Amino acid sequence: MSDPQLKVRDLKIGATVYPPGEKPHDIEIVHGVSFDLEKGKVLGLIGESGAGKSTIGLAAMAYGRGGVKITGGEVWINGRDVLKSGTGDIRKLRGGEVTYVSQSAAASFNPAKKILDQVVEAAVEQKKFSRKDAEARAKVLFDKLGLPDPENIGDRFPHQVSGGQLQRCMTALALCPEPDLVVFDEPTTALDVTTQIDVLMAIKEAIRETGVAALYITHDLAVVAQVSDDIMVLRHGNTVEYGSVDQIINDPQEEYTQALVSVRSIEHEEKEPTAEPVLSVRNITARYKGTQFDVLHNVNVDLYPGQTLAVVGESGSGKSTLARVITGLLPPREGEIEFAGRVLSPDLDGRSREDLRELQMIYQMADVAMNPRQTVGTIIGRPLEFYFGMKGAEKRKRIIELLDEIELGEGFIDRYPAELSGGQKQRVCIARALAAKPKMIICDEVTSALDPLVADGILKLLLELQKIEDVAFLFITHDLATVRAISDNIAVMYQGKVQRYGGKTKVLSPPFDDYTDLLLSSVPEMRLGWLEEVIANRKMESAGN
Amino acid sequence: MKNIPISAMIGLFFTALYFLVAIFAPLISPYGMAEIVGDVWEPASAEFLLGTDNIGRDLLSRMIYGGRTTIFIATAATVLSFTLGSVLGFFAAVAGGWVDQVLSRFVDLIMSIPTLIFALVVLSVTPVTVPMLIIVMGLLDSTRVYRLARAVAVDIEVMDYVEAARLRGEKTAWIIFREILPNALSPLVAEMGLRFIFMVLFVSTLSFLGLGVQPPEADWGGIVKENKDGIVYGIPAALAPAFAIATLAISVNLVADWVLNRTTSLKGGRG
Repeated sequence: MSDPQLKVRDLKIGATVYPPGEKPHDIEIVHGVSFDLEKGKVLGLIGESGAGKSTIGLAAMAYGRGGVKITGGEVWINGRDVLKSGTGDIRKLRGGEVTYVSQSAAASFNPAKKILDQVVEAAVEQKKFSRKDAEARAKVLFDKLGLPDPENIGDRFPHQVSGGQLQRCMTALALCPEPDLVVFDEPTTALDVTTQIDVLMAIKEAIRETGVAALYITHDLAVVAQVSDDIMVLRHGNTVEYGSVDQIINDPQEEYTQALVSVRSIEHEEKEPTAEPVLSVRNITARYKGTQFDVLHNVNVDLYPGQTLAVVGESGSGKSTLARVITGLLPPREGEIEFAGRVLSPDLDGRSREDLRELQMIYQMADVAMNPRQTVGTIIGRPLEFYFGMKGAEKRKRIIELLDEIELGEGFIDRYPAELSGGQKQRVCIARALAAKPKMIICDEVTSALDPLVADGILKLLLELQKIEDVAFLFITHDLATVRAISDNIAVMYQGKVQRYGGKTKVLSPPFDDYTDLLLSSVPEMRLGWLEEVIANRKMESAGN
Repeated sequence: MKNIPISAMIGLFFTALYFLVAIFAPLISPYGMAEIVGDVWEPASAEFLLGTDNIGRDLLSRMIYGGRTTIFIATAATVLSFTLGSVLGFFAAVAGGWVDQVLSRFVDLIMSIPTLIFALVVLSVTPVTVPMLIIVMGLLDSTRVYRLARAVAVDIEVMDYVEAARLRGEKTAWIIFREILPNALSPLVAEMGLRFIFMVLFVSTLSFLGLGVQPPEADWGGIVKENKDGIVYGIPAALAPAFAIATLAISVNLVADWVLNRTTSLKGGRG
């Protein structure tokens, strides 16, 4: 092999930060990263949020987003250092030699223009192809990427195709100008697991056939293991480990990499249903105001005291709607909810304070679930005051107890949510729910916005608290690894119906119905060759197609 | 109170100066407000620092007393319009449904009539007193505040923490004052600076048209009206209130900008 397509040497990237109450100052966010990428190879950049992976990806296009500045090092593409190139050269580079696929295709396409016009735009602008040739090439790419009706799909507008299809259109857009390097920035993160798998396969095929070099940025090690040749693990802007996929997955050297590979190490024994259920959802059918179709059809599930019921499904399956019905935010059309031996009023206004206290909720986005203008003490203290009339020293003592339970401690009592990390915020939300001494907590995707290691800590904490407080969890999630880790019972939801319901072992053992099979097999596994195997064995097309 | 930017310092200084002068007007002004002390339109001198007005009263004294009236009316009307407008706006956003519809359409109706004409009509049939002026100006202006407050609150109302408060069983008053108000404060404070200045201009306009503060009481708009004929003869007396209004406007806005910056910082606005 000749010179590498992309050669990065000692790349340093800085940014200006504006902490409140202090003078703005510069910090370094990437501290000297080096790697090589040869033609036709894929390098996976992996790390938690804030590791600098996207910043490095954009630096390959000589670009710094926002206040980010490239402060040192070299980025060689096709034998020249692009960091020292003039504006004219960089114009030719971006969209010509190097192209970019972003996380959210829906936000990246112009909704007012047809897909084909946007796909060929860069290739025509860069004078790589005539308009006619570029269109022909785009159609070939649509075909290669497995899009339906490749001849005509380009005439649609972005909102007329599904999320998975749009992400593939974006890949076509990136490949259209025959680039030498493509930067994929979390291209499948926003997609459902069953859709992700098709997009991954399409991207992998397209890279192989066109022979471009690619940088693949993601936080999901199992995903990157499927598509890349080499992997670089990043943390806080430093390279932790850099090696072939095989070596990183099967023989990680660094402690941090080992932690990433072995994440979700939680073992949880399924408990037998005991006594009477704390919550019974009976024949619930619900629709949103002003719409004509039911989002939930005849849903029946039970939750037993001190146990966890996981509600699993893809986006649109109705799992969050079920939570809204249980909390009373969306009164159902039919059916009733029995909670702690009494039938709950269908809407919120009809419920007693006791009903509200015993049924608490934890949200997906801890940032917006806490009032940014209240301190941690106020946030946790309010339920104590509201439900138990606690005041002064008594309240403070209980707040500190709760802070200890969530492993934070007294020092956090006067902090504002903005001064907490993502994991700490979620812990405070857990404490707020516990403060009410509930019988049951609804956890709506509580770990999906968190980095894997942090999410693991939260799950462990929840299991621990379940043992101490004897509280039942209704755990809504799309992540099957989480389900395996914590549930006693599982309800698989698909298009508003409960597809499969029962104890964990029973639900996760064959024989499966087609949908459960598709869902289970689509969860990326951390081994080589998994992707091809799954595609070969599928029985059912995913909804994203 | 450290780290105040230089622009905010200037704004704070002049705003404070205007308000202090307004409060201590009787102690500061060299002559009485309606006292005739000199000749008509005397030029500036050591005796009359800004000269005299159209009937020989000291212009500086009239400016000081006029500022007092103008600033008092503008402040009172701003407070009224903000209290009323933001409480109703928040209430409409939280209540939603037909409450929101009725309030919002009513406000649209009021706003479809030009404010100045509406005020002139109302003031021509009611006695023109200072409390009346404040009420009319405050009510008319509260429609603007209502729309801003409602727009801001609608965005906040859908946040998970408001939903969490509802699920906890909190009353509407708690949701408005404890969950929404602290988060809506920064845009409202910025708007307050602007609205205050509009109020100063509004009361000055009304006085200039003869339906505002009645002579012999002084206010900045009235001073312009009394001295406007002098401009033809090259007498600058009418320009003094204009200058005062302009500097007050700029200073108040410099302060409002700074407050806005501080309250939108990540630390929760109290750092």
